Amino acid sequence: MADRTDFAATAMEFAPQLYSAALRMTRNRADAEDLVQETMLRGYRSFHTFTEGTNLRAWLFRILTNVYINRYRAAQRRPDESDLADVEDMYLYRRVPSMESAAASLSAEEQFLDLFTDDEVKTALENLPESFRLPVLLADVEGFAYREIAEMLDVPIGTVMSRLHRGRKAMQRELYEYAQEKGLTA
Amino acid sequence: MSDCADTLRELEPYLDGELADEVRHHVHHHLDSCPDCQQAFEFHLELKEAIRRKCSDEALPESLVSRLEVCLTEDFDGDGVIGDKA
Repeated sequence: MADRTDFAATAMEFAPQLYSAALRMTRNRADAEDLVQETMLRGYRSFHTFTEGTNLRAWLFRILTNVYINRYRAAQRRPDESDLADVEDMYLYRRVPSMESAAASLSAEEQFLDLFTDDEVKTALENLPESFRLPVLLADVEGFAYREIAEMLDVPIGTVMSRLHRGRKAMQRELYEYAQEKGLTA
Repeated sequence: MSDCADTLRELEPYLDGELADEVRHHVHHHLDSCPDCQQAFEFHLELKEAIRRKCSDEALPESLVSRLEVCLTEDFDGDGVIGDKA
């Protein structure tokens, strides 16, 4: 059992990560701030249920995800899952050859993915329908294991894997569309 | 498991660190002898890292820090007083 007085010092360390994830979830700063505040408050109040020595970051992200799903999701316009068209595997990778001349202009220190700005990658993630956005956010940005994501979202691990797969492909297609708009494709 | 289709099927769980040792070993074995698959794996590893790097750099707003300090009514400044906002 964890001592409540320890909460502020230990949990505040994760506040920047929670805020970044909250921004990707809510897609606006005011709601992201409210979401993090609510998360920290709930964490503080239920800190006695946290088992010391276990993963505090995962525990806080589980609260964050729960608060988001219960409080903010219903209020937001959300595209239906069926809006996510089926995309071929390795969608972006298969199109790398068409972006060869654009890639040639990158400096030696830059990677291929630096053809995309931070905002483009953020937008591609944020534009995913929510049931795909959360798994991609939790796996690719936050690095959680399938088992942890399954617990946070209260879905089976197989569902996490299939949503990750479809979400990632859809995100790749959106990135390629940005490349086309920017004239980076041949 | 040694051909390209079998290996590429494991691409995502591999990059996510979710493969059992035995399967991961098979993937490594195939990648050692298959530059095409190796290139595909490297691209998606780079993509995963780029997504993490580009989506996680938000600075914590001062306004939120202040709100958290107030709402937690906690002894943030170490003066032994909980909830002292002065």
